[in-house]
Amino acid sequence: MTAALFHAVFLSLAVAGAEPFASAEQERRYYELLKELRCLVCQNQSLSDSAAGLAGDLRDEVRAMVADGKSDREIVDFMTARYGDFVLFRPRFRPATWILWLAPAALLAGGLFWLFRWQVVHRRRSDSEPE
Amino acid sequence: MIVELGHFALVLAFVVAAVQGTLPLAGAHYGVAPLYRLALPAARLQFLLLVLSYAALSAAFLQDDFSVRYIAQHSSAALPTYYKLAAVWGAHEGSLLLWILILGAWTFAVTLFNRGLTEVFLARVLAVMGLVAAGFMLFTLATSNPFERLFPAAAAGRDLNPLLQDPGLTIHPPMLYMGYVGFSVAFAFAVSALLDGRLDGRWARWSRPWVLAAWVFLTIGITLGSWWAYHELGWGGWWFWDPVENASFMPWLVGTALLHSLAVTEKRNAFKGWTVLLAILAFSLSLLGTFLVRSGVLVSVHAFASDPERGVFILLFLVVAVGGSLALYAWRAPRIRSTGVFDFLSRENLLLINNVILLVTMFTILIGTLYPLALDALGLDKISVGAPYFSAVFVPLMLLAALAAGVGPAVQWKRSSPHPLLRRLRAPLAVALVAALVLAAVFGDGVSPGVFIGAAAGSWVLLTTALNLGRRLRRDGPRGGLRSLPLSFYGMSTAHLGLALFIFGVTFSSAYSEEKMVHLQDGQSVELAGYKFVFEGVADREGPNYMSKEGRVGVFRGGEPVAVLHPERRTYRVQSDAMTEAAVDASPLRDLYVAMGEEVEGGRREVRVYYKPLIRWIWLGAMLMALGGVLSASDARYRVARRAVRADSARADGSARAGGAA
Repeated sequence: MTAALFHAVFLSLAVAGAEPFASAEQERRYYELLKELRCLVCQNQSLSDSAAGLAGDLRDEVRAMVADGKSDREIVDFMTARYGDFVLFRPRFRPATWILWLAPAALLAGGLFWLFRWQVVHRRRSDSEPE
Repeated sequence: MIVELGHFALVLAFVVAAVQGTLPLAGAHYGVAPLYRLALPAARLQFLLLVLSYAALSAAFLQDDFSVRYIAQHSSAALPTYYKLAAVWGAHEGSLLLWILILGAWTFAVTLFNRGLTEVFLARVLAVMGLVAAGFMLFTLATSNPFERLFPAAAAGRDLNPLLQDPGLTIHPPMLYMGYVGFSVAFAFAVSALLDGRLDGRWARWSRPWVLAAWVFLTIGITLGSWWAYHELGWGGWWFWDPVENASFMPWLVGTALLHSLAVTEKRNAFKGWTVLLAILAFSLSLLGTFLVRSGVLVSVHAFASDPERGVFILLFLVVAVGGSLALYAWRAPRIRSTGVFDFLSRENLLLINNVILLVTMFTILIGTLYPLALDALGLDKISVGAPYFSAVFVPLMLLAALAAGVGPAVQWKRSSPHPLLRRLRAPLAVALVAALVLAAVFGDGVSPGVFIGAAAGSWVLLTTALNLGRRLRRDGPRGGLRSLPLSFYGMSTAHLGLALFIFGVTFSSAYSEEKMVHLQDGQSVELAGYKFVFEGVADREGPNYMSKEGRVGVFRGGEPVAVLHPERRTYRVQSDAMTEAAVDASPLRDLYVAMGEEVEGGRREVRVYYKPLIRWIWLGAMLMALGGVLSASDARYRVARRAVRADSARADGSARAGGAA
């Protein structure tokens, strides 16, 4: 009901130059949120990028929630409650995604360690058999 | 008839490639000259047949021969001639044929520019490339034949995918494939060197121009793709971290690492095994990219499982090619000995750090791309890994790379003492930090940490590159001015300069872009970043194979007209998809970008306006990197060296195969 109401408010306000949000900060958050959420029926497009009808509807919902004063966290929770983690382009940090989030740092640490090891071995070898 | 000739030429090319890939290898191994001498004529014949085959398919496209299934599905009589020729690679089957043709062209190039290579080594290189070609031709003929007839013939074609009807996209795939496939030369050189057992500075000097050429093409191809997405997808983005994009970016990262490590192998005779491994890896990732894009596994894991013929073939090919070359590496690598000795603080080490960062970045993207597919395929979970994730992990790694790019060229080969280095880098560091502070403060309201860090990294690379160039000119300049430095030095400086511009472009366009999505009636306007966009209405326009609603948007700043933009909404007659053609007013410091969507209720139209500062710098930076590659590849030492190498290798041939160790 409130969603429908906001929908109507949004449509009436979203005309030339009119400001549907209470603040520029809300507007900025709205556009940022659209980039974090996936258009569920598209191939790898965010709500911001998609021309699909569903994406338009979801954009309106996000807009309504932002204008309603909901926090980013509340909006994301609402979307995942409805659509599951698939809707998030930035996966949550949980056991199934540990590898995803920890791999870059682990690889970098491993790579630098390997580099260090390699040099120690290399130097020892070249010390024992000079050029 | 033409179609059958083309088909037959492809079959013949396959047979020739199979001969080229096997007999010369045996000949090289047992020292049978008539066998290994087959490689060169076979490679040339193979290329000739591929040109015929490709020309036949193109001719059939021009003749609107809709009795060919592929043409009926991807062309139409109304399609402009230019796009008919581009439609040859507009879908799966034809793009494979293009892939093979380009591989044939690279092979042909190797048969022309090989002075100084021993006959046996050349035969091995051509044979390895022949094997790759044979694999791909078999794949095409068995699962994806573009010459397949349709009976009864279609009355009309289903037209080319409208997304692809754009000048940017017509040249993007050939460039990208030139890059992808170009790494096959470095791969073939690496495998041949492993087979041969002789791996030395000459090998690196030989590989380097080929790697540079492939890398330049790949850079241009990726940049064109990004530019196309920006214009054609309609939502103002320039990189989406889409798996298809990642598939082209991963070989680029490894190719970049390979360029840097080849420099060390060439100049200091170090990291040889590592460089060979990178050469194998770069091409393996090209193959992996081909697999990801061509098997359909990205569209849906489940669609792939239900029609696995193509995917399984490429996967097997991938396993054989990558597995085989890695096994060869594991077997032969222990015999590779590097002689260059270097200290902890040395150019060599900085380049190794560069390699580690680039490879970690590549593996990060690989995991991000494959992880959701793996979870889904195993039925564990359905998650999405998109741009926010990739940006979060990619940016810190690139900042490290930028830091290293500033330090590396200032460090000496072999051994550097820390104090002069610190003294040398102190000034650019301080200036970069101050400049970043000023830039961040001037552009935004308040200094945002992200902008500060990005601007500092960009300024750092810019300043260190300029200072390094100046120092070298002062040192060597008096003798011959600008000409005294080798072209490859200018190449490196240009490419690093490109990196700096790229960092500025990414930092400022992502931090300070503004966008608005509104519904406008004729005459209404929207304000954004100090510009006023007036929607002046829509007119109908007719294209060759589409109908267009062309909007007219006047842009004003402080009452003064800035530009008139014509965003379009096209509906293609056959495929009836609505396409967004964005209109852009480009300038060095900012783009104004307008895209128009569907009509909504009340005669209003969905309009998106964007203000994107410095976004051109992203592509400009990438193009400078490519230019740097061209300069490096044109360095005189690759030409002079060949003459020297020829004498050298004649001597080496005379003294037979001097053991395995090089």
